[in-house]
Amino acid sequence: MTEATRRAGPRPVVTGIGVAAPNGLGTQAYWAATLDGKSGIGRITRFDAERYPVHVAGEVSEFDDTEHVPSRLAVQTDHWSHLGLTAADMALQDAGVQPAELPEYEMAVVTASSSGGTEFGQREIEKLWSQGPEYVGVYQSIAWFYAATTGQISIRHGMRGPCGVICAEQAGGLDVLAQARRLLRQDATVVVTGGTDASLCPYGLVAQISTGLLSPRDDPERAYLPFDADACGYVPGEGGAMLIVEDQATARARGARPYGAITGYAATFDPRPEPGREPRSNLGRAIALALKEARVTPEQVDVVFADALGVRESDLAEARAISAVFGPYGVPVTAPKTMTGRLYAGGAALDVATALLAIRDGVIPPTVGVRAADPACELDLVRSAARDGPVRNALVLARGHGGFNAALLVTAP
Amino acid sequence: MTTTFTLDDMRSIMGGCAGVPDTIDLGDDIGEVSFVDLGYDSLAVLEMAARIQQQLGVRIPDDAVDEMKTPQAAVDYVNRRLAD
Repeated sequence: MTEATRRAGPRPVVTGIGVAAPNGLGTQAYWAATLDGKSGIGRITRFDAERYPVHVAGEVSEFDDTEHVPSRLAVQTDHWSHLGLTAADMALQDAGVQPAELPEYEMAVVTASSSGGTEFGQREIEKLWSQGPEYVGVYQSIAWFYAATTGQISIRHGMRGPCGVICAEQAGGLDVLAQARRLLRQDATVVVTGGTDASLCPYGLVAQISTGLLSPRDDPERAYLPFDADACGYVPGEGGAMLIVEDQATARARGARPYGAITGYAATFDPRPEPGREPRSNLGRAIALALKEARVTPEQVDVVFADALGVRESDLAEARAISAVFGPYGVPVTAPKTMTGRLYAGGAALDVATALLAIRDGVIPPTVGVRAADPACELDLVRSAARDGPVRNALVLARGHGGFNAALLVTAP
Repeated sequence: MTTTFTLDDMRSIMGGCAGVPDTIDLGDDIGEVSFVDLGYDSLAVLEMAARIQQQLGVRIPDDAVDEMKTPQAAVDYVNRRLAD
């Protein structure tokens, strides 16, 4: 394929956004809270976490599963799928897509998931241990697994095109958009994509704690401080975002107004850490490759949405990767996830949604909580308050535990 | 005296373990309406059979589950087993 034909291929645009975040259910509520610097991080209420070493998280507290998901569907799906199904509904409505009117095999679903249905599994494990195997419900077989959200969205809306799930922890939320883009080059005309995660149950939390990266602090305002000299790990959260991706021509033909286009993407993988050797990060290479694909120079990028792990060495590695491409303090950097916690597969999808809203409204949302920026991180961190100014190109970074890196560029329509 | 299993007992098991359909009220005359038409798939019926087995101590083999096409058929099967 020549460069010219490749360029003439579909231009993937995002036409719909649906958000279920700890600091806002629905795009409008989330965006207003985010611009105001309002955090959704607080004490864990989904279960009694007193005896665990982690006590704060970002919960989507306004969300009532029974209100948003029909009873028959609710009994066979996990809370994480409920959030995903709800965000997908919002995104479809926002895009003005009526699935019943479209060819069923041209609608695809690709979501990211990192934990699967752990809360559902928790209940079933409790039945197994306290009552016996015959008490474990049949729906455990379909509720836990990573593709459940994708499958249920597909069934609910009659979307029989290519369906899949990507599990790459936080990076998966960007990888799905790249997969959505590939599907548009084939037969798909509409792709429901994005991701959610929700793993705030004893078994889910213990699995997360095993990485040693979670913040042990109880003060919700001081628990998650990426790029701060006082960084002490991250706060987990639940929720995420779903996005509707279509070809620009299709979107225009039906009169839809895109938020922005996906113009660059790359994924890299870190080498296995070796004893006695400083860990190497390939995040910088993902950034460079994504910009190269988009044919955008570093000067043309208006904001970077950082992965912002909140762990000092990882923050430093990310800051170096950003500085290597943009120069020290060379580009505004923000981490609105300081208001939600890390949502794993949902986190990067939510960052993309946030980046598109930043483009739409010409404003960069803030990073909250950071008081003493780590001087070793040479970043122009947008702190305390939102920063006004045109945003044409926004770069979103995501790293998944175990070595996944992804960078995705969204551009004004 | 033999315990009997009623359609109301069945309704409560259906709603309790497999959820409530969107299109029809479980309180309606649903005895002869097929599970499929009520919106319950084969997994849902398996789940109901498991709950019946636990609550009443009645063994329901998988091929018997396949034969239960309606709530009334399930009630009749259970009552036959209870009378055995």
